[in-house]
Amino acid sequence: MNAVLESSHDAHHHGPVNTGLKRWLFTTNHKDIGTLYLWFSFSMFLIGGVLALIIRTELFQPGLQFIEPEFFNQMTTNHGLIMVFGAIMPAFVGLANWMVPLMVGAPDMALPRMNNLSFWILPFAFTMIISTLFMPGGGPNFGWTFYAPLSTTYAPDSVTFFIFAVHIMGASSIMGSINIIATILNMRAPGMTLMKMPLFVWTWLITAYLLLAVMPVLAGVVTMMLFDIHFGTSFFNAAGGGDPVMFQHIFWFFGHPEVYIMILPAFGVVSQIIPTFARKRLFGYDSMVYATSSIAFLSFIVWAHHMFTVGMPLAGQLFFMYATMIIAVPTGVKVFNWVSTMWQGSMTFETPMLFSIAFVILFTIGGFSGLMLAITPADYQYHDTYFVVAHFHYVLVPGALFSIIAAVYYWLPKWCGRMYDESLGKIHFWLSFIGVNVTFFPQHFSGLAGMPRRVPDYAMQFADFNMISSVGAFLFGFSQVFFLYVIIKAIKSGQPASDRVWEGAHGLEWTIASPAPYHTFTEPPVFDDSEVHS
Amino acid sequence: MTMKEHSHYYVPESSWYPAWAALGIATMVYGLAVWLNDSKSGSENPTVFLFFTGFALLSAVLFAWYGKVIEENHQGLANAQLKQSYVWGMAWFIFSEIMFFAAFFGALLYSRNFVMAWLGGEGGKALTGDYLWPAFQAVWPIVENPDPLVFPNPGESMAPPPLSQWGSYLPFWNTVILLTSSVTVHMAHTALKNGFRDKLKLWLSITVILGVIFIFLQIEEYVHAYQELGLTLGTGIYGSTFFLLTGFHGFHVTLGTFILFVQLIRSFKGHFNREDQFGFEAASWYWHFVDVVWVFLFFFVYLY
Amino acid sequence: MLNKAQLFRNAAVCVSLAATWSLGADELNMRTGVTDISKAVYDLHMIMLWVCVIIGTVVFSAMFISMLLHRKSRGAIPATFHDSLKLEFAWTIIPMAILIALAIPATGTLIEMYDTGGEELSIEVRAYQWKWQYKYLDEDLNSTFSFFSNMSTPKDQIYNKEAKGEHYLLEVDNVLRIPTNRKVRFLITSEDVIHAWWVPDFGIKRDAVPGMLNDLWTLVNEPGTYRGQCTELCGKDHGFMPIVVEAMPEADYDAWYLKQVAAESARIEALSKTFSADELMLEGEKVYASFCASCHQLDGKGVPPVFPGLAGSSVAVGARDEHLRLVYEGVPGTSMAAFGKQLDAAQLAAVVHYERHAWGNNTDDITQPRDVINLFSAP
Ligand code: HEA
Ligand code: HEA
Ligand code: HEC
Ligand code: CUA
Ligand SMILES: [Cu+2]
Repeated sequence: MNAVLESSHDAHHHGPVNTGLKRWLFTTNHKDIGTLYLWFSFSMFLIGGVLALIIRTELFQPGLQFIEPEFFNQMTTNHGLIMVFGAIMPAFVGLANWMVPLMVGAPDMALPRMNNLSFWILPFAFTMIISTLFMPGGGPNFGWTFYAPLSTTYAPDSVTFFIFAVHIMGASSIMGSINIIATILNMRAPGMTLMKMPLFVWTWLITAYLLLAVMPVLAGVVTMMLFDIHFGTSFFNAAGGGDPVMFQHIFWFFGHPEVYIMILPAFGVVSQIIPTFARKRLFGYDSMVYATSSIAFLSFIVWAHHMFTVGMPLAGQLFFMYATMIIAVPTGVKVFNWVSTMWQGSMTFETPMLFSIAFVILFTIGGFSGLMLAITPADYQYHDTYFVVAHFHYVLVPGALFSIIAAVYYWLPKWCGRMYDESLGKIHFWLSFIGVNVTFFPQHFSGLAGMPRRVPDYAMQFADFNMISSVGAFLFGFSQVFFLYVIIKAIKSGQPASDRVWEGAHGLEWTIASPAPYHTFTEPPVFDDSEVHS
Repeated sequence: MTMKEHSHYYVPESSWYPAWAALGIATMVYGLAVWLNDSKSGSENPTVFLFFTGFALLSAVLFAWYGKVIEENHQGLANAQLKQSYVWGMAWFIFSEIMFFAAFFGALLYSRNFVMAWLGGEGGKALTGDYLWPAFQAVWPIVENPDPLVFPNPGESMAPPPLSQWGSYLPFWNTVILLTSSVTVHMAHTALKNGFRDKLKLWLSITVILGVIFIFLQIEEYVHAYQELGLTLGTGIYGSTFFLLTGFHGFHVTLGTFILFVQLIRSFKGHFNREDQFGFEAASWYWHFVDVVWVFLFFFVYLY
Repeated sequence: MLNKAQLFRNAAVCVSLAATWSLGADELNMRTGVTDISKAVYDLHMIMLWVCVIIGTVVFSAMFISMLLHRKSRGAIPATFHDSLKLEFAWTIIPMAILIALAIPATGTLIEMYDTGGEELSIEVRAYQWKWQYKYLDEDLNSTFSFFSNMSTPKDQIYNKEAKGEHYLLEVDNVLRIPTNRKVRFLITSEDVIHAWWVPDFGIKRDAVPGMLNDLWTLVNEPGTYRGQCTELCGKDHGFMPIVVEAMPEADYDAWYLKQVAAESARIEALSKTFSADELMLEGEKVYASFCASCHQLDGKGVPPVFPGLAGSSVAVGARDEHLRLVYEGVPGTSMAAFGKQLDAAQLAAVVHYERHAWGNNTDDITQPRDVINLFSAP
């Protein structure tokens, strides 16, 4: 421990060489870049959230009251795109940037300049996406899944900008993943074997592989669209021997692993937090690693469960149904391990822990509805209804998003050396917890009753649940503005944080000062087993 | 972690390259989108200025960036661990490239093995062909499209002639050329590792020349396809998959040739030594990758 | 305090879940439907649901007990165990077994759903932006007669200018009629983008994919009117393309069917008739309202720049044959479809005549069915 502290002390204790805007534009420091990612993600979250609120406002009552159907479709599409690619993914990359080097004892990310490039192309990509909304003919209006031919032959002109924006986001993710992989494989402190790495690092290693494998496929499919639109090819047109359904196969080959890209790092975060506040080692570390790997592997062979209604041959339907169901097993292992970690621990319930516990419960509920969707004959009834919307918001909002919020509360003291206000944090938690359930639980009911998704208006029998859902959405949205307040207050005037911050915390990141000095581990620390997997 | 005592992992303090590269990329693709949309709406003078500006900016930045990395290496800033990062970086970058090609191979195999059969009235969804496309025959390469009014038929395909006539079959020669070039780049590498600088330059030059010849033949083949065979991007799924697969491959060959050419210049400048040659090695990996892709292409696109 | 609140919530959720679903309240749960398939699907859904509720109760209870008892404020000392191969095996194998048990009935139902063949009637379902076309097919799959089915909810209801009706958004001008107790096969395809045809009460849903054909079947036991919606995002009016099916007693259906076949001959006769300008305007207005107004709007002003207005449009007041040709062939690459495939010569003549004389357009020509036939039968 002491050795570690000392080595970080004789590191040159200087800060950034540039100040002001230049610091952020030209930085190669993983902490700065992590911060950039996190703030970028949060602003995208607010924009995506505002679009969601526009959706929910229109759906507050039956009838068209505020916006026209064309615009509604643009809202749905951009809400999905911005949340997935702009909010959730960059937030996890930001956490990886901040924490992976600290957790493995590396001086920085492996390729610091490329790290900066990965970040700075993102704002351009999203500026492009958002600017399409103001182009003649409107922005993307074909859903975040952009099925051909609605997104090719029948798309507004702005689709070309959308395609290139997707290319850029893909390039960003690929460079980011390469960096993370090289950092984890190459830059661990002496003594930190793979099976002693913190789980957050493990889950990110696996996630990075998923990204490397599927982002190029996404780039491929949008490239085919580009050629169908501008150069007369017929990938997605049966008149020329192609098939619109082929689009979906390629898209979902990307898309399904993509949803695990958004949840595996969340599993990692929760696996760090629960042991800390249970003051007990993580239960079943090895099985957690194997389970994560199995989920990643399985994610490549289940894609067509999004396509049960396209009319695949029976054998295909059965294969994809069975493969999908199996994912419940490794995911269950994770849930059971978390519960066993809590079991006979000595728990306290600070804000990160509250969000993590809510994560386990609500993610599991979302997983259950996922399993129901996996049952092909039943999916015929659920598909493209609000039941699906309820499913994926349960895994994404109180799933991925809650884990990000938990991670911010958990590591913020390390980042800025100040504690957030615990009672405000708890208020934020309860508002969010209530808000999220009020918003998305009723959507199960409207879905089962038959309300299709992506519609600006609906039949009378769905009115009650939509009204509740809209009220919940505003409550939840307001709570996230409150979150912003809690964070800013902590950064500006929070109590100074100790180095270890949390009583039960273990890991290299807690052996350095709070706030983490600008340069850490310029000399590799000695990693001993007292800091191992928690 | 085999770290030498007191060798620090070099972390540049700050760098202007990436931010400018990002601006270059953004300008370039935005310009490309504007260009494409202009052309689609039938404009006589599409706006191309943005695209080329972005491209120039990006190229300039990459040039400076790459130069800087070489310089740092010469200053001895790059320790073994940093070099290992480059190795991992390149390896996994190539993996992502493989996955990009996989998407197009997937499209080829899917449309050929499933879609064509269904449209032709065979297999699991035979009714599609029987009911909607009664005239369509499931024969690959498709020279009669399901709806020739929308997608005109190609005159001929790129299918191979009988073996005896392979002497005049361009793709065959392309295969020979690329395979040879893989050997020559390997020879160059061996020469470098053994310290034979002259042989290095010789073999590397030959590789670059082979690359250039390949590109020329490929262009020749496209001209042949467009002008004599009537096979174009717009002639249905056969043309679509053919041109996108070979086109992206050709693009990668062009890039690979350029990268090798840079390595050639560097070897004339006296860069690389027996231990330290990752720049070269990465280029040769890339070249082998491009080569392997071609082998698959030759099999799946031309022969199979 | 914390634990009480959470415990309370957990209990409340479990109780309300159990209560609502076991009551099977209509607006809360999937409907049982009116076919054997839909009932089988409902049963699957309920089994899944209960399995999830039970597993959830076990898992969450363990969590809550732990949160209640093993908290620091009660002086809990952390245990040191952190591994158990036995447990890991147990919670791998038990869920696996549960899943296998679930997969068996699911496979059975799926196989049944795929059991096409032996049908007594085939109907082609063709999707358009944003309406359905139903073609009744004979044994050789040739069309005997066909019609379009458009949403009939008035715009005023949608824009809240008028009280909403009982079947708001779920009503159409021409309903699909099928007989009860006969196996009906649907051949589903699309003319433009992907749509999906769904009637919840039948437990069936299938995408309509342009250029590809899907089939599915149903056998309805109870006469009645069943409503569904398009369930694949298909553009602007995706939310406004309902499906209404009336399952009729067999005898009623047969009588209706014969009447339609007779009406078909009358329609074919009309193609050789000459109409007065008033007749054309009247018929044209009807066709316009159901085929064109969704884009070009009833007032002919369109929604520029996406959908051009037709009032004063250079096409609509320009050369007649060019106008006809544009409507007949559509504008490839835009959503302006080739209406020659959807409308017969009499309807085309009427709608073009109407467009040339409505909203202040004032050409001095008159368009008859035979003009259309002559224009497009020429080689
Ligand atoms: C973070 C994102 C995320 C995650 C983790 C998941 C997880 C799962 N999803 Fe979900 N899904 C989405 C995001 C996600 N999904 C999105 C965004 C869509 C919609 C896309 C669109 O169309 O726009 C979607 C849609 C979707 C569909 C298509 C629905 C349709 O369109 O018709 C299906 C169908 O199979 C499905 C299934 C599953 C399954 C089986 C899991 C499993 O991984 C869940 C496993 C977890 C559990 C089961 C709970 C814990 C387990 C136990 C406690 C063990 C014991 C349990 C049992 C044995 C029952 N999902
Ligand atoms: C990835 C994560 C993610 C997240 C976090 C969310 C968050 C939310 N989503 Fe989600 N959603 C998706 C992913 C996500 N969504 C996807 C992939 C789709 C499918 C898209 C498609 O069909 O193509 C979808 C679709 C979707 C629909 C269905 C639309 C349709 O089918 O037509 C709805 C409807 O209720 C909805 C609602 C919400 C709500 C209320 C939230 C809330 O959690 C949002 C909370 C609100 C805020 C955070 C706003 C806070 C800000 C303010 C209050 C004002 C501040 C003002 C300024 C800063 C100026 N979403
Ligand atoms: C799904 C939307 C849609 C429907 C339904 C539709 N149109 Fe169009 N229509 C368009 C679009 C889009 C254009 C513009 C095409 C272009 O870019 O040239 C157009 C163009 C036209 C024009 C040429 C107008 C001009 O000034 O260029 C005429 C005439 C026309 N439509 C008539 C009709 C008729 C008649 C019908 C019904 C039988 C109809 N349209 C139904 C979308 C539609
Ligand atoms: Cu048709 Cu949605
Ligand atoms: Cu999925």
